[in-house]
Amino acid sequence: MYVIIIGGGKVGYYLAKELLGDPLHEVLIIEQDSAKCERIAEELGDIVLRGDGCEAATADLAGFGRADMVIAVTGDDEDNLVTCQLAKTKFNVPRTIARINNPKNQEIFKRLGIDTTISATVAILAQIEQELPTHQMIPLLALAGGLELVGVKIPPQARTVGKAIKDLLLPHESLVVLIISRDGVPRVPSSETVISAEDEILAVARRENEDTLRQVLTSA
Amino acid sequence: MKVVIMGCGRVGSALAGRLSEEGHEVTVLDTRADAFRRLPVDFKGKKHIGNGIDQDVLARVGIGDADAFIAVTQGDNRNVFSTQVAKHIFGVPRTLCRIYDPIREKMYEEMGLETISPTIVGANLLHDLLIGKSEPGGGEA
Repeated sequence: MYVIIIGGGKVGYYLAKELLGDPLHEVLIIEQDSAKCERIAEELGDIVLRGDGCEAATADLAGFGRADMVIAVTGDDEDNLVTCQLAKTKFNVPRTIARINNPKNQEIFKRLGIDTTISATVAILAQIEQELPTHQMIPLLALAGGLELVGVKIPPQARTVGKAIKDLLLPHESLVVLIISRDGVPRVPSSETVISAEDEILAVARRENEDTLRQVLTSA
Repeated sequence: MKVVIMGCGRVGSALAGRLSEEGHEVTVLDTRADAFRRLPVDFKGKKHIGNGIDQDVLARVGIGDADAFIAVTQGDNRNVFSTQVAKHIFGVPRTLCRIYDPIREKMYEEMGLETISPTIVGANLLHDLLIGKSEPGGGEA
């Protein structure tokens, strides 16, 4: 697989290094800073192109046209957006991944056609929220078409405890896909499966329905 | 008309001053307070310090009920980013985006943004002053 990484900072460097561990991958880093380019070339070999990954000429030279994946991991959300849009619209790159800093940009990138966004901020927030009883639903993964995979822990006082899945008034286009009970055993639920206190539920829902789903599953 | 202008450089400040003088309700946004010194002394619009690539900032300066949004910061990507947010997230009826890089400008124009490349406009103006008006690439040596 030909993977092009834009941004030769720490994220880009270690990403390239990991990918190069698999001989099936061809990797190229695009980086503007010449000192960073030299360091990457010294340590990882001749896999770096100096230039601006937002510029069509650089993208052309880098071979965006035959890339299987373009991953934009610079520190600036707006640069990552432009690179991914360039890859999508001009070079029809099958898959684009953008690193984002501002969690709110996740939605924007999705609306603008970028397949996947990765945010350290969101990941850390999810870890914190897992510790907080007030936030019972954690967004785990953004899926295509505005869907999201979420995790919910059922509080003991929730109305859903003791009810079968078929009796829950789940919001439109929501699906309970996995239940992990208190003893740590995962089960694929059927419509007859009964919810117990402390169950971990993995569900797929539209982002705009998340609040409703959380209320249905966790409210007392 | 209610207009939000992002970037109070030479172009942004001149445009803001002119629109304000014409009676429009103008809000200027820049990341640096000292950028506002470029505005005319009698500027009647609003000035906000903040980064327009943050949608919370855009919401705070009232983009939700703006009639137009114009992005004229020094960064092409910043302009492209916030113009798309204004257009697609906040539904601003008219959005204008300055993009220096002509190739990038063409791409976003094809994607439906209303864009302008001062690079091309400037080069064409200078060309016409020197040679006289002709179609670009029209064989004039």
